[in-house]
Amino acid sequence: MIKLIINGNQIEVEENTTVLKAARELGIEIPTFCDDDRLSKQTSCRLCIVEVEGTDKLLTSCNLEVKEGMVVNTESEKVRIALKINLSLIWAGHPNDCMKCGKSGECKLQDYSFEYDVDAEPIYSVRKEAIAKNATNHFFEIDPDKCILCGKCVRICSEQVGVGALGFKNRGQETYVSFGNDNFEDAGCVSCGSCVSVCPTGALLNKTADKYRNWDVDKVRTTCSYCGVGCQMELVVHKGKIVRVDANEEGSNRGLLCVKGKYAFNFINHRDRLTTPLVRKNGKLVEATWEEAYAKINQKYLEFKGESNSFVGFSSARCTNEENYLFQKMFRQVFKTNNIDHCARL
Amino acid sequence: MIKSKAELMKKYQQTKDKIENRKGKIDLKKREVLVCTGTGCMSSKSKKIVANLEEAIAELNLDVEVHGTGCLGFCEKGPIVKIMPDDTFYSQVKVSEAKEIVTEHLLNNRIYTKKLYVNPLTKQKVEKTKDIPFYDNQVRIALRNCGFINAESIDEYIGTKGYQALELSLTKSPDEVIEVVKASGLRGRGGGGFPTGLKWSFAKNNTGQKYILCNADEGDPGAFMDRSILEGDPHAIIEAMAIGGYAIGANYGYVYVRAEYPHAVERLNIAIEQARAEGLLGENIFGTEFSYDMEIRLGAGAFVCGEETALIASIEGDRGMPKTKPPFPANKGLWDAPTIINNVETYAVIPQIILNGAEWFKKIGTEKSSGTKVFALGGKVKNTGLIEVPMGITLRKIIEEIGGGVTKGREFKAVLTGGPSGGCLTKDHLDEIVDFDRLTELGSMMGSGGMIVLDDFNCMVDIAKFYMDFIVDESCGKCTPCREGTAAIHKMLADITDGKATIADLVELEKLCKMVKSTSLCGLGQTAPNPVLSTLRYFKDEYLEHIEEKRCAAGVCDGLISELFITDKCIGCTLCAKNCPVSCIAGERKELHVIEKDKCILCKDCFTRCPVGAIITR
Repeated sequence: MIKLIINGNQIEVEENTTVLKAARELGIEIPTFCDDDRLSKQTSCRLCIVEVEGTDKLLTSCNLEVKEGMVVNTESEKVRIALKINLSLIWAGHPNDCMKCGKSGECKLQDYSFEYDVDAEPIYSVRKEAIAKNATNHFFEIDPDKCILCGKCVRICSEQVGVGALGFKNRGQETYVSFGNDNFEDAGCVSCGSCVSVCPTGALLNKTADKYRNWDVDKVRTTCSYCGVGCQMELVVHKGKIVRVDANEEGSNRGLLCVKGKYAFNFINHRDRLTTPLVRKNGKLVEATWEEAYAKINQKYLEFKGESNSFVGFSSARCTNEENYLFQKMFRQVFKTNNIDHCARL
Repeated sequence: MIKSKAELMKKYQQTKDKIENRKGKIDLKKREVLVCTGTGCMSSKSKKIVANLEEAIAELNLDVEVHGTGCLGFCEKGPIVKIMPDDTFYSQVKVSEAKEIVTEHLLNNRIYTKKLYVNPLTKQKVEKTKDIPFYDNQVRIALRNCGFINAESIDEYIGTKGYQALELSLTKSPDEVIEVVKASGLRGRGGGGFPTGLKWSFAKNNTGQKYILCNADEGDPGAFMDRSILEGDPHAIIEAMAIGGYAIGANYGYVYVRAEYPHAVERLNIAIEQARAEGLLGENIFGTEFSYDMEIRLGAGAFVCGEETALIASIEGDRGMPKTKPPFPANKGLWDAPTIINNVETYAVIPQIILNGAEWFKKIGTEKSSGTKVFALGGKVKNTGLIEVPMGITLRKIIEEIGGGVTKGREFKAVLTGGPSGGCLTKDHLDEIVDFDRLTELGSMMGSGGMIVLDDFNCMVDIAKFYMDFIVDESCGKCTPCREGTAAIHKMLADITDGKATIADLVELEKLCKMVKSTSLCGLGQTAPNPVLSTLRYFKDEYLEHIEEKRCAAGVCDGLISELFITDKCIGCTLCAKNCPVSCIAGERKELHVIEKDKCILCKDCFTRCPVGAIITR
């Protein structure tokens, strides 16, 4: 174990821990755009800088390993000045449209700018030319003008999803994130939206017609029902309607979802969706109550008792594993039939 | 094939006499013609000169060989033709004059005086190279073969004791080789000045596959040291990299050279092929266990690829973007293997250190910066070109003696070292010595060897803006301070030169520069503000003049010039009036001239032409 002091507080952490994480253990949140436990270190946003006694330079805490007796200051005057300049530089090249930006309320640039008193009127002049949005994907679009080039989207796509559809183009001030050939299909993008999930600003946003504010929603933790992996996700609900699905980083999926989990939720509010059981009457399926449906099943079972092969059970992939398990158990043990199937043909 | 020391020495003996004859040490009664075929002289058709010389020699049936050599350094006077062993130095030779040189000098044994160099101080024609002041004070180690041997001949390289250092190294243990390099005090010539031997020992202590790399991605504006060495003495680099490979335990090397150096690439390729054919690259070199081979990788011209981690990324096929250190390449470099990267000039001196010993090298230069340094001397000096001087020489000696002083009697203002990462030094520093540590103390840096002299026609704010413009173009865009910060600095400087800045902006500028310096990811960003900070340190008055008086005394910043005005210093020489493109200057001979303001287009022709500095901008 290594002992060090951060902002006057002594802490003991394991070897090879970064200063950023050690600080987090103390409840000190060091700002960062590009750091993510799941991804390789890019150390490019330079926001997580700290002052270490005995060193003139400001050091990035995301890749700085703790050392015995280290004395770290995350809030010194020098750090705050550098942070404010850094954020002001980013802000100078960023469109001032928080009022109509869908990321507002969940935007890290907005939060840090508030914390470090960045003026709304840019004090620097940086950006040369605006770069057009890339809207080739069905589910999300890239707005390079709002991009701070933290590279999380690029890294999650190649390192976690294993696709590598995104990359940097051009150099210096003209750098922007895009698909190869600027088209999502050509790049092999699988539309999983993991890039959208990790974006700290409004550069990667879902295409949506829903108007909602991020502080005016409820988040409901649930398990994805599309397959057996059990991805954890949060349904973002606005006025009783699901408007977005966020990946949950605590689940075994570690913040990743596939295109179905992330984007295939419109069926919930679809007009064709069944909301009651259907019972065939006079050769036609009609809406019924659950009591009616159970009564019908009971009646048919008693009628054909002993001829187990007359029954077929068909279940849905929308049900959970547990529900499907019980369903087949009932058919095999109670109805004594193996005629049972499922629509999951993923 | 050379498979043993005996075979190498046999080959050495075969060409040694020819080389000694060329040096004038023995007399074989045989003349040779050396023509610079470096990129500089080649752009003045020196290849055609070679062809014409050969043709004329053949016509006259003379027994004289013509050799295309690397750069002779005195680029200002190119194309250069030398007759050996006479040591006659012909400058600015035209294609049409080749034949005359052959008939006059080689046939009739008369000096072709028309093309001799004229010493600007004595106005006398100088016959021999050794009497040219430009070459005084120079000590050529890295450049020893540049301009002296045929750069496309392995035999000539071997004739100058080439590959003997490699052979000698293979008889020592790798640790002993590293010890020699360490003891020599050699520091990295790419700009960082890190002790080379120490760096090698880091990689030596690691195990597994290792690589040795040569950084020839020279990118500083105006610098061409690496290019000239590759063009003039490519075998020295191959030999040194093989020695390095043996010392650290690497069996493969890459030379990363920019594609804009086609001639250097061609010469190096020829050299690699020759070395391979002689068995000096490949399996079991000199019959030992040591095997080593190498290849060239072309860069696409990004300045940032000179940064070692970006260079490695580029060789691996990734975007040329730097990575954070640690891990250092010596521990985890190319394809995650321990890797050593040295600059071309560093490699160029290594065979000499091995052959002559660490003590020999240590005697040259200063205590903490041993050896010599090659500089590309440019800007407003009379003699521009490539020079190699011992560390510890004063700036004055370089500029006034080797460089011949500032052009056309203008006034020396500053000298820039270290290119876009360096800074400026003023006339108060002329007697300062040049070595790694002193230049850093003075707020500049050694850098890779660009040295640009400025006179009173140069505006220091404009110079800072020029370098920042270069950096804005060359920043890779990875980290925020460099990507956005340098653009913001550039805009602030542009505001100053346009007369739109306030004193408060100057404070913000300095603050921003310090932030970019202290928080950027790689060396490029960390040093990018240096030209601004050092001009602010030594020429703050000029910044204040731009801001408070809205005036650029050097007459460079167009945004601040609304009028050209002739003061009563005018001697009435009529030079301005004669050359004015819009004829807006009136005045009789020997009388005060006047500019008609409404007609003047502010082209500043008169301003730069006036011999007495009577014309001012305002």
